[in-house]
Amino acid sequence: MADHQATPPGRRRFLRGSLALGGLVAAGRPALAQDLSRNLPPNVPEWETALGAPILDQPYGVPSKFEANVRRRESPGLTRTPQSSVAFTPLQNLFGIVTPSGLHFERHHAGVPTIDPHQHRLMIHGLVERPRVYTMDDVTRFPSVSRIHFIECGANTGMEWGNVAVPTVQYTHGMLSCSEWTGVPLALLLDECGVDRRRAKFLLAEGADGASLTRTIPVEMAAEVLVVYGQNGEALRPEQGYPLRLIVPGVQGVSNVKWLRRIKVGDTPFNTREESLHYVDLMPNGVHRQYSWIQEAKSVITSPSGGQVILDRGYHEISGLAWSGRGRVRRVDVSTDGGRSWRSAALQEPVLSKALTRFRVDWRWDGASAMLQSRVVDETGYVQPTYAQLRAVRGTRSIYHNNAIQTWAVAATGEVSNVQLAT
Amino acid sequence: MSSSRRSGPAARAVRPVGLAVLGVLALAGAAHAAPIYGFGKPATAAEIAGWDIDVRPDGRGLPAGRGSVEQGQAIYDEKCASCHGTFGESNSYMQIAGGVGSLASDQPLRTTGSKLNYATTLWDYIRRSMPFTAPQTLSADEVYALTAYVLNLNDVVAPGTELDQYTLPRVRMPNRDGLTTAHGLMRADGKPDTANTACMRDCIATVRAGSEIPGYARGSHGDLAQQRREMGAIAGVPMSVPSIGTANAAGAAVPNTGSATTVAGPALARRLGCTTCHSVDSTLVGPSFRAVAARYNAPPPQGRPDAQSHLVAKVRIGGAGAWGAIPMPAQAQVSESDTRKVVEWILGGAQ
Repeated sequence: MADHQATPPGRRRFLRGSLALGGLVAAGRPALAQDLSRNLPPNVPEWETALGAPILDQPYGVPSKFEANVRRRESPGLTRTPQSSVAFTPLQNLFGIVTPSGLHFERHHAGVPTIDPHQHRLMIHGLVERPRVYTMDDVTRFPSVSRIHFIECGANTGMEWGNVAVPTVQYTHGMLSCSEWTGVPLALLLDECGVDRRRAKFLLAEGADGASLTRTIPVEMAAEVLVVYGQNGEALRPEQGYPLRLIVPGVQGVSNVKWLRRIKVGDTPFNTREESLHYVDLMPNGVHRQYSWIQEAKSVITSPSGGQVILDRGYHEISGLAWSGRGRVRRVDVSTDGGRSWRSAALQEPVLSKALTRFRVDWRWDGASAMLQSRVVDETGYVQPTYAQLRAVRGTRSIYHNNAIQTWAVAATGEVSNVQLAT
Repeated sequence: MSSSRRSGPAARAVRPVGLAVLGVLALAGAAHAAPIYGFGKPATAAEIAGWDIDVRPDGRGLPAGRGSVEQGQAIYDEKCASCHGTFGESNSYMQIAGGVGSLASDQPLRTTGSKLNYATTLWDYIRRSMPFTAPQTLSADEVYALTAYVLNLNDVVAPGTELDQYTLPRVRMPNRDGLTTAHGLMRADGKPDTANTACMRDCIATVRAGSEIPGYARGSHGDLAQQRREMGAIAGVPMSVPSIGTANAAGAAVPNTGSATTVAGPALARRLGCTTCHSVDSTLVGPSFRAVAARYNAPPPQGRPDAQSHLVAKVRIGGAGAWGAIPMPAQAQVSESDTRKVVEWILGGAQ
């Protein structure tokens, strides 16, 4: 063992060391086999016999280097440019309900602008008595509120409308994230500007990105809408709208306008491009549903999930996420036999309105094939539909609002894969 | 920002935020209350004019200006055709022309011409977002001209047509009546269009997989083993593992066409560090898994009938001399059951 001092330290490092070792061999230097028990009992780990890194080694901390697999990813071929594209959250690797800010899914229509907060302005005008321009100093001076809410892109699971298309939950459901958001209630700002309560029916929210993206928001939603600058304790990440964005709880992601620069109070919907050419739901009769804001109740098992392999028989926790744009999750049921029978999952507190809820059930894998499903019931009593039920109404050619029950097939080999049931 | 610093909150009692939120909009018809905080500054007419760029279906927001189909074609060829195609036919980006009447078919062609309900939205979008790399650089006249040309590509307006703020809102798009708000997704209390029930027992008679990931698409998103955290009893599937099919479209049963270690074996070999020194088919520090399989599966005296238990023991206590001078250290830290799975996979040919 003593002659292994040249080997890289740390068991995990071994896992990534093959290339380096290959290089050693190629260079004709003596190669050494690895002692993978070097840091295991009864040996004292090398990191216990040395001094660690000092403080401020990372002034703004980053995850362990052994977490390099946990990152946002794109779905190859989905989009034509990286500026108008999607990066998916790695739901298969996350715990709890809060998405780390750096892993929040990305969806931009003209790239991520770099905005100097000192030069950013929020304008509120239209059917108001006092049109105003606010600096970030102004916005952050108002009384603030913090709330935990999910954001789900309306197109989440959109690739799966017709058939199974992608291998893992990152790609099937990863346009979904949940954060604690801090900001000002939009209603307070509208009050400040003297909104015309009689005539105000619809708001237009506009971003300061290269798309100047706009969406219509019905004025009755304003009571819940936040104008936010904080995310999980820090300022918004640039990809999430720094320095200012809208949070419209329970409503599809595109309405949560990022880099928010303008709110216009109006009397009619604005019929913007992102609510007429896109983000409209194609029905079998060729008609599109417009202004389909609400994200209906949905759930998915994140572990075990597609593209994974269960390494051993015996106990495994089945864990996943459930949410509803209509309020709280009331219950989640889990099936391991493709929906023949179900049992109710434990819900992890807190269970919050329009936020992700983590559910769990105990499972003993006996080595046989299985079909894993989850099914959420929200506080309105709405039950997440099957693919057959959803397609019976909406067909298979829509892109948006696919909230069907997801099935993961477990093979006797332990491999878990994405399937859709025929019935 | 300095004005807000000076003004500060009004001297009178500040209402709790919650009350302010609840009160707003509920008191329909109430007089405009004075601001409580008074932060910010008034938006001047000039400031609003510079930013107020939205255009509504009735034409509100359209600025003065005009442009013709022919003028639009010249601008289009220079600034738009490289992405959208000479005739708006390119489907690399949003296809501009074609597809009218196809939306109810099995092959809907989703284009600006086939989907859009109001031409004003086209004008709004071109002005705010296009060209993709230089948005908000077109003049109002140029936007009218481009709008006219795109409408002409869709046979909505004739060659020679000139559009302005009065004529554009009167253009009738083919899909004017193709969008509906008669659905339950506009309000949180809207009526859902599905009605599943929370059945708990004997819910369906047969379970049949209707769609599964196609074999050719299995590796379409890269090596899934490297998209999963490097710890835990459930690993990512290494894409070196061939697809064996996981669901049977003919019935509920999922066939075990591979051995129990077909997928767990290579995943464990990676997870446990075996692949630091061994690869499937080439010599690294140690012999390849397939070379090991070939030797121990051979007839005696080279191979041995107890290869399985022999190798499990050898992995755990270490060895030297069988493949060269470099010793293999003992791997006692690996559980016997994990070792057994990896060895079984190796002797099975490391497929």
